[in-house]
Amino acid sequence: MTTSIVLAILVTSLATYLSRFLGVVSSEKIKETSKIFKWFNCLAYSTLAALIARIVIFPSGALSESDYVIRIIVLIVSILVFYVTKRNLVYPTILSAIILTFLNGYYG
Amino acid sequence: MINSKHFFQGFSSIRKIDSPAIALGCCFIAIGVLLKNLGFSIQESIFSTLLTYALPGSLVMAESLLVGASLLNIFIAVWLVNARLYPMTVSLMPLLMHESQPRWKYYLSCHFIAVSAWLIMKSNYQSVEKENRIDYWIGIGTATWSVAIIGTIIGFISSEYLNKDIMIGLAIVNPVYFMCMMIGAMKTIQISISVILGAILGPAFYFISPEWCVLYGGFVAGTIAYFIGEKK
Repeated sequence: MTTSIVLAILVTSLATYLSRFLGVVSSEKIKETSKIFKWFNCLAYSTLAALIARIVIFPSGALSESDYVIRIIVLIVSILVFYVTKRNLVYPTILSAIILTFLNGYYG
Repeated sequence: MINSKHFFQGFSSIRKIDSPAIALGCCFIAIGVLLKNLGFSIQESIFSTLLTYALPGSLVMAESLLVGASLLNIFIAVWLVNARLYPMTVSLMPLLMHESQPRWKYYLSCHFIAVSAWLIMKSNYQSVEKENRIDYWIGIGTATWSVAIIGTIIGFISSEYLNKDIMIGLAIVNPVYFMCMMIGAMKTIQISISVILGAILGPAFYFISPEWCVLYGGFVAGTIAYFIGEKK
């Protein structure tokens, strides 16, 4: 293993563990019925939604090579499939990959 | 030490209908390909997923290495992008804490906090008694962590056979899975507003600050949702 890569991995994992660790430290003092817990619950869901929306609308990496209209169509179709199949998660996820690959191949 | 019955109950959550295994597998296959193309060895790739186990963090590390960023820059960039793990931990761990359980379990198992395991635990915790929840959680975490590592290995080995179109297809699976899981979780007014506003404000704040938009958007959306929910 090259040292710089190993160091980068170690630094990355430390930076990631830090937020998790501090979260547990704070959790020791927070009751699940408290207002602050409810607030953090909202923050967690909203931050995740923000992250996912950002990945779809302003992606980096492979996704950025597809058209944003196609990505949004795929997302809407997947959510519809999710409802139609009574909240099955396997169908929409597999279909999304197939539809996106297909649309991107023909119109991308 | 760890109750095996509850551990395996949690572990088997990846076989259920809402299993995160496919979504998680797909995105870690993509990570395996990315790390291989960056010049990582297979050991380094496995080591990376094993220790970090948070997708956006690994992506940022890869991007930073490409541009030759310093270790301090990598630390700050990764910390920033993974800071969302803090509210996620605070909104999960109080549900799992019980005085009969040793504290090391919480400090070790917080490593498993990532979107997929978190969403599964949040939607299932009520079905497990409080004192057993941590063992159930360790089961979920071990299962999703294993999927991530296997995905990385598959991606690394098969990178030559995966063309650009397949990579794009793999990349959409994860956001679609998470979006559906979040919609499934919209059972209270607070969570519903959090998810909808977050999805709008996150990209909206991108025009102000591309680096901070997720945290800004999430903070504003979550706080508004909290106050609206409290008033009702």
